[in-house]
Amino acid sequence: MNDVVSAAAAPVARLIDEFHKLPGVGPKSAQRLAYHILRTSADEAHALAQAIVDVKEQITFCSSCQNLTDIDPCRICRSDRRDTTLICVVEEPLDILAIERTRSYKGLYHVLHGVISPIDGIGPDDLKVRELIGRLQGGAVREVIMATNPNVEGDATAMYLDRLIAPSGVRVTRLARGLAMGADLEYADEVTLTRALEGRQQV
Amino acid sequence: MPARIPRVYRTEAIVLRQRKLGEADRILTLYSPQLGKLEAIAKGVRRQTSRKAGHLEPLTWSTLLLAHGQNLDIVTQSETVESFMPLREDLQRLARGIYAAELVDRFSEARSENYPVFRLLAETLRRLATPADPADPAVRLFELQLLAFVGYRPQLDRCVVCSGPLTPVTNAFGPALGGVVCPTCRAGQPGLWPLSVNALKVLRLLQRGDWATAAGLRLSVELQSEIEQVLRGYIRYVLEATPRSAVFVDALRRDTRAAPRSPGDLAEEGPAPLAAHSGA
Repeated sequence: MNDVVSAAAAPVARLIDEFHKLPGVGPKSAQRLAYHILRTSADEAHALAQAIVDVKEQITFCSSCQNLTDIDPCRICRSDRRDTTLICVVEEPLDILAIERTRSYKGLYHVLHGVISPIDGIGPDDLKVRELIGRLQGGAVREVIMATNPNVEGDATAMYLDRLIAPSGVRVTRLARGLAMGADLEYADEVTLTRALEGRQQV
Repeated sequence: MPARIPRVYRTEAIVLRQRKLGEADRILTLYSPQLGKLEAIAKGVRRQTSRKAGHLEPLTWSTLLLAHGQNLDIVTQSETVESFMPLREDLQRLARGIYAAELVDRFSEARSENYPVFRLLAETLRRLATPADPADPAVRLFELQLLAFVGYRPQLDRCVVCSGPLTPVTNAFGPALGGVVCPTCRAGQPGLWPLSVNALKVLRLLQRGDWATAAGLRLSVELQSEIEQVLRGYIRYVLEATPRSAVFVDALRRDTRAAPRSPGDLAEEGPAPLAAHSGA
């Protein structure tokens, strides 16, 4: 890698180095990307550079839902078409995009920015838990939907938040879990199958 | 010509922990009865349609097929042997299960077989997945047995300084000395903690490793907290680190005091274990 970099002109080498720092980009991909940029028009290159600068300068956390936003409160929180009595709790901002794609949820969100992971030393204080509890103080929220991932850390987080919230009388629910679309029954694990049986519905 | 190494091999293992790798993969830390602790890559398990994911969650005992990889081996098939499901539905028990897995991880060298440790972890998870069994005595028994299996069995039967018998008075525990110190030898020894008669009795009882005894123990909050502090202190001394999940177990206990949710919690935790926190 270093030999190749030193063989390239200094600005190109710098660009290769920067690309190489990105997740999932190996040395060869970094070179390809750098030479691709070299071949594109100056306008396109400027647009990319500007987009990167803007994202760093303009994006902040929404003061209400903690999602990434360029205006505060964010577009979802300020929309008058959303049901403000519902809050859906997710681990990461990308999870909001996944749920929004369903077009079947009309409530608000809350991003924890992580998940409780005792073995990694990540506890509730490292997440946006206090902010969530703060949002429930007004009494306007009827239900909190736990949409953390269906694994040990996600479950621990959901159970922890349930303990915290339920005494206040707000309804706490968890996304149903069961068989995935396109899945194969014979490969399903016991936990998933048990939950799928418990949550069975009339055809 | 040397015998060809088979491309895949089969082993059982309990998943101790996992961390994300790349787009959809995870690196698992496994504990196998034949191979001890090992790391392996599980490809594509973060995709929704993964056939392996559910069988590779932490605290699951699975049969695995592993392929030799360049660096780490790769999980090609998996099937659950035991999922300890009730453990996953109770946060208090789940936290203790994660703690047990962390201790096994921290006390184990990679690829060094220790079958008793595997059996101990499996039995501990099974007990934690039995709602009728009290969780905390099971964890204390686990700690004492684990310490013994990895070579740090605390000496509880005689004084570690003079080797004399211990009398039923308040003795002391010396983590650096690896056991109990009698009042006579105690003078001049730094870093000792007092150890009550009852705490010593309970520790000895649990050190025998009998699960039925542990399940039958009904300890006062003070006593429970005393033996927990002694063992945790000793483990911290041996590891030269505090297990991270212990912090979460403590945090949960504090929250439970504030808002007990079910009668089960109360029966198990007892009233507020104030001494544990105000003293620490």
